[in-house]
Amino acid sequence: MVSDYVEKVIKQHQNKKTALISILHDIQKKFSFLPEEALKKVASTLSMDINDIYGVATFYRAFTLIPKGKHSITLCLGTACHVRGGPKILREIKNLLKIEPGQTTGDKKFSLDVVNCLGACAVGPVMIVDGKICGEMNPFKAKKVIEKLSQNKKRERVI
Amino acid sequence: MRRIKSLSELERWRQDILGQRAQYDTTIYVCGGTGCQAYDCQKVKAAFQREIKEKRLEAKVSLKITGCPGFCERGPLVTIQPQNIFYQKVKPLDVPQIVSETIEKKRMIEHLLFEDPKSHQKFARASDIPFYKPQMRLILSQNELIDPNRMEDYVAIGGYQTFAKAISKMSPIEIIEEIKKSGLRGRGGAGFPTGKKWADCRKAQGDPKFIICNCDEGDPGAFMDRALLEGNPHLIIEGMLIGAYAIGARQGFIYVRHEYPLAYKNAELAIKQTRRAGLLGQNILGSGFDFDLEIAQGGGAFVCGESTALIASIEGRAGEPRGKQIHTVEQGLWGKPTNINNVETWADVPLIIQKGSAWFSSIGTEKSKGTKIFSLVGKVKNTGLVEVPMGITLKEIIYDIGGGPKDGKPIKAVQTGGPSGGCIPASLFDLPVDFDSLKEAGSMMGSGGMIVLDEATCMVDVAKYFIHFLQEESCGKCLPCREGLKRMGQILSNITEGKGDEKDLILLEELAEVVADTSLCGLGKTAPNPVLTAMRYFRPEFEAHLKEKRCPAGVCIALIQYSISEADCSGCGACAKICPTQAILGEKKKAHRIIPELCLKCGSCKDICPEKAIMIQ
Repeated sequence: MVSDYVEKVIKQHQNKKTALISILHDIQKKFSFLPEEALKKVASTLSMDINDIYGVATFYRAFTLIPKGKHSITLCLGTACHVRGGPKILREIKNLLKIEPGQTTGDKKFSLDVVNCLGACAVGPVMIVDGKICGEMNPFKAKKVIEKLSQNKKRERVI
Repeated sequence: MRRIKSLSELERWRQDILGQRAQYDTTIYVCGGTGCQAYDCQKVKAAFQREIKEKRLEAKVSLKITGCPGFCERGPLVTIQPQNIFYQKVKPLDVPQIVSETIEKKRMIEHLLFEDPKSHQKFARASDIPFYKPQMRLILSQNELIDPNRMEDYVAIGGYQTFAKAISKMSPIEIIEEIKKSGLRGRGGAGFPTGKKWADCRKAQGDPKFIICNCDEGDPGAFMDRALLEGNPHLIIEGMLIGAYAIGARQGFIYVRHEYPLAYKNAELAIKQTRRAGLLGQNILGSGFDFDLEIAQGGGAFVCGESTALIASIEGRAGEPRGKQIHTVEQGLWGKPTNINNVETWADVPLIIQKGSAWFSSIGTEKSKGTKIFSLVGKVKNTGLVEVPMGITLKEIIYDIGGGPKDGKPIKAVQTGGPSGGCIPASLFDLPVDFDSLKEAGSMMGSGGMIVLDEATCMVDVAKYFIHFLQEESCGKCLPCREGLKRMGQILSNITEGKGDEKDLILLEELAEVVADTSLCGLGKTAPNPVLTAMRYFRPEFEAHLKEKRCPAGVCIALIQYSISEADCSGCGACAKICPTQAILGEKKKAHRIIPELCLKCGSCKDICPEKAIMIQ
């Protein structure tokens, strides 16, 4: 299935080697990470060296080779969010989930990522919870979100 | 979508759109930008749709989801036209009242109007609000009139007419001359004269030629490029069409950073619409001019804002910069002549061609012309996007537009230019904002982020933040940047942990000089700026960390202690309840105390204490 999907995506990008980044984005969108099998398939279909594919996949922060958890938490640590207390939120989340940014919890429930700026600085500190932008966050709200999500409640009832 | 073959057809299309709109008495504009989305503007939109349908007002009332009008702090924002009433912080529950009162009975709803926190005066019109009044919104003002997903909205305000006129009445050389005369300088940061860049690219040997719109707005704290591409993508496309015709390019790219999914989506749709309308593709407007656009997505790498790294990324490679002995205008994308401009630069182009270079160059200072959009964020009351003429002072932006400090603590500096810029102290707030004065003060314009810092911000911590940021984002190709920033980061970490000594400052300065002088690209060359400006203007803070092992702002965790003021504590117990490590003890209605060994210094108690009894030493 991975292999078929990769073929389809590459075809959509007209077999162009220069579309590599877009191809990897599409694959990650589908599987939530870049499976090894998919990268090998990309290399063989585009007649590229697998090392070059890994080079690109590991250079860009947006790509991950590790499967993501059920809920994704992305915390912005841009300057505006930093001076408004972003690091305190990160400490709280790390303390609660016992993982570092870029990792997924052992029970595969949460993935934590940090980004440098989401461009929503005016409402910072900003956190993206399962794709929804949440503004004016603080450690207390972050804790509530994580607690509710771990009890399998819907995000809408949280924030 | 119609296929437009001439200027007159474009005008006829515009008249038809305006004619169709005549049926509406009222138009409701709801901001759909990323900032307002954080405040659930989609629910406000859905509430309006429901209410309009229930009251059967579809034929009379039109609802538009627009780009960002800039005042993100007060979102979700709603404007009602033609009455020109500006509502802020609108909740879905307010919608039925807006429809029944303002739209049906033409009455204003007081509690949704903006109230000036100082004078308590209420304002019905956006343009009267102190945040908007001093601004000169030449580009941004279009955002609030346009649904970015409807090309008709852009055509209705005269969109693409400037390009259509230029291509039929002006030669490419005339356009380049006009841009040169206007004095337009690149809005991406360095301020290179745009007209000169275009002329060099036109002259360069090689075919095909490319143009690129750089929307890899990596500077944390800056989001004007996102707001423009997300809110008014056709304006950028029109600017690029004019540029492509002037330079002789047949293919263009819009490079959008991965963190801006809405900007990517809106720009992608706008390209498709423009192609369908015949304004991209072959033989545009029957002139024989061919040009098409593609969209490229980044992968979350800050260095890709640098032109040669951006080109590597579009080519599908890791975004590593190369030396610039040969300029990109001569050898860029796939070795062909390539002209790269920032989003805001492209947005200025149609305006200059439409209103003339003399008009544009009458705005601003001697060497910095026109307006510039800044994102005013951080510890300031009114945050959002502001567009002001070049030469306005920092004080006017921060105090008149921004409304001064957010939490009552005095403002001590403003950070401009992102990680390549620096911190300008409050004593220099009379400085006019233009490319050259900011550079003289040790910072730079950058793409326009302005992060206001107050007394509760530690300058050593800010310097450390930027160095760590750049260390992570350094592509690793050249040694001074890869290793130098790492060492600078270590020294700064030591200082914030109370492990530094006074020799560290000398070493930091020495390292900064080497990194700036010997790095390959702009990232490394400008990386020491935040540290150097912090050391230049806030040396006593560095010294307090080094000599007294004290953080005056109360930020650096290793150097602070939390305690509770017995006199102020009411014993409500809120702090004890929120403390994640149960480090706060005390009986009800009696003063509480913190056990230092258990305290994580997370600050949750300080945030929640109603009596402000938590102290940092």
